[in-house]
Amino acid sequence: MKTRTLWIIAIVVAIALPWLFYNWETHRHSGFVISMLSQMGMMIILALSYNMLLGQAGLFSLCHATFFGFGGYATAHLLTAIGKDDLPIPMEIVPLASGLAGGALAVFFGYMATKQRATAFAMITLGISELGTVSALMFHHFYGGEGGITTDRMIDSSLFGLTYASGLQVYYLILAWTLIATAAMLFLTLTPLGRMANATRDNFERTQFMGYDPRMVRFLQFSLAGFFAGIGGGLYAITYEIVTFDALAAPLSANALLMAYIGGTGIFAGPILGAILITLLQSWVSLLSNSWLVYVGVMFIGMVIFAPEGLAGILMAHKPLHERGQMRRLIGPYLRLLPCSVAVAFGFVGIVELTSFLTIGLAQGKKLTIGGTNIDVHTMLPWGISVACFLLGALWLRFEAAGFRRVWDQITTELKAGVAKP
Amino acid sequence: MEIFVISLLNGLVYGMLLFMLASGLTLIFSMMDVLNFAHASIYMLGAYFAYQISAFAGFWPALILAPLLCGAIGAAIEVWGLRRVHHNGHIAELLFTFGLVFIIGRGVQMTWGMLPMAYRVPPSLDFPLFTLYGANFPAYRAFMLFISASMLLSTWLLLKKTRIGLIIQAALTHPQMVSSLGHNVPMVFTTVFAGGCVLAGLAGVIGGNYQTTEPGMAEAMGPIVFVVVVFGGLGSLAGCFVASILMGMIQTFAVVIDQSCLDLLRPLGITTVPDNLLGEVLSVPVARIGALLPFMMMVLILLVRPRGLMGTRDT
Repeated sequence: MKTRTLWIIAIVVAIALPWLFYNWETHRHSGFVISMLSQMGMMIILALSYNMLLGQAGLFSLCHATFFGFGGYATAHLLTAIGKDDLPIPMEIVPLASGLAGGALAVFFGYMATKQRATAFAMITLGISELGTVSALMFHHFYGGEGGITTDRMIDSSLFGLTYASGLQVYYLILAWTLIATAAMLFLTLTPLGRMANATRDNFERTQFMGYDPRMVRFLQFSLAGFFAGIGGGLYAITYEIVTFDALAAPLSANALLMAYIGGTGIFAGPILGAILITLLQSWVSLLSNSWLVYVGVMFIGMVIFAPEGLAGILMAHKPLHERGQMRRLIGPYLRLLPCSVAVAFGFVGIVELTSFLTIGLAQGKKLTIGGTNIDVHTMLPWGISVACFLLGALWLRFEAAGFRRVWDQITTELKAGVAKP
Repeated sequence: MEIFVISLLNGLVYGMLLFMLASGLTLIFSMMDVLNFAHASIYMLGAYFAYQISAFAGFWPALILAPLLCGAIGAAIEVWGLRRVHHNGHIAELLFTFGLVFIIGRGVQMTWGMLPMAYRVPPSLDFPLFTLYGANFPAYRAFMLFISASMLLSTWLLLKKTRIGLIIQAALTHPQMVSSLGHNVPMVFTTVFAGGCVLAGLAGVIGGNYQTTEPGMAEAMGPIVFVVVVFGGLGSLAGCFVASILMGMIQTFAVVIDQSCLDLLRPLGITTVPDNLLGEVLSVPVARIGALLPFMMMVLILLVRPRGLMGTRDT
């Protein structure tokens, strides 16, 4: 399948998804699904723009949400101003303005931060992130303190005569801007700037010898990433009509990093995968479990150790096998991996949930129930089952993983030698 | 005057606590070029371990056992974690320690809950040491000063005067040479990492009941420690010391200054400011921007002197 076909399928699915959850009896859209999809759109922009730094330029930034949040705050003020003073700015253009706000802040901070790279860069961005959060809590005129600022998106100013009263209209606005931003970022990777960013990441000194100023490359990349993050923040303000300091605090920056890395930083579409996965986890698993962040953290560490290319990297590794018709030979090993992975996952989830129900669950007065039966977390049985599942599953998984590795290595050597038969 | 002396003492106590954390971080950084994001999480673990041990066995065993536990955890992190991701490059190592922050933070919340722990100053140290201008100076703070100063003195002696210290110092700058001379350099790395974690754990033990033992303490302490390390110059212990004391002083003194920029403008005849953003910036008292000052100072020093105060190498 060609990449272009995949993109088109993704766009069609994104357009159709709200209608799959349409309730034909009450003629209403599912509010939960639409707000989750909207959240996904913003997070895709955030993760992709973060990957302009981490994946494409090798810059580990910790302040990406600062620009996202600043774009959001600026947009909230702009929307209020448009509504009050009848400024002739249509809603469809507003995210561009938020991008400019985020970009302007990124130019200002980027001038300082991009003097350095690697660890010092990470430290400066950490400082910028803290500066942003502390000032958001301190200055009430612009940031509104802890309560944040509210606005009203029904500004009655649209290119297409839309009111943006319903979540669906906002979702399609977000979708349109997500596509525009994604296309622009994809285009940027093809420009000389994008290529030079890759070059400074891979060999910093050689780029200097060739006569390029790596700092300038970093600066441009940082500012543009801030611009796109600002667009995401603007969509956030339009959707929720309230912006608080959560939109620029450190946890969101960390989220951007997690999404980009888990999805895969080496491939352009990787962060999209990561953003979708993390938003799904955030929306669904966080309803079920107090400790969903533990799972995300473990997944992240597992990726760092075992699969630094991320989910997209794992998928791409199968591409040559698929092209040569070798995927059949992997079905067996994959099926053998399945039961032991399930056992490990079950055991681990069991241990985590039992522990958290001893403390946090107890404080919230919740009871652990599976299929209608109450489980007493103070008895030995559930603990014993979980620990046994985890340990035995882990041993079994080690054994099976070694077997899988042998098959994989054999196929790849055969492919290299050109003797594999389809 | 009394405010000045009391703040000076408090600033010193806080600064020494910061230095215990920052010195371990600096040592680890100069050796492995890895800034350990999880350092403040180890500090939090130290406090929680100390609470748990002191609930069973009292404060004094906790003072010894909790840091050792933290050291063991540090060694495990180095051997099974950092060493494995090392070949994936520099960013991977940073990301690994960053992921640890998540797991340790959530793990602590899962095990001990979200509420602050009742980890108190031991009764044998819970009395006012002396009274100064009517304000008490608790004996526990003096004890903290004593512990941190003696710990740092022994670390310094260990590094400068013993054979192990010599090997560590040599491995900092010339790892290949030290390795060719027959020393086990990876072992030295593990020792330094564990040692830094012991220091962080000890800081947690004495800092946990000085501040509060709660799940947010790593997030509260972490950024300040990084500011100290970067401000002092990455890899420089002396710079780290100066920066720690300076940050400790700034944080304690800023709280007691109730002046704003407006008070400086007053002699010029400006007494009122307009009710907008600029006016707010001018009229905010120093006490309220105390939390902002360290970060502003870090960004400023990195602009003027990218190596930090006393750093010897670019980062």
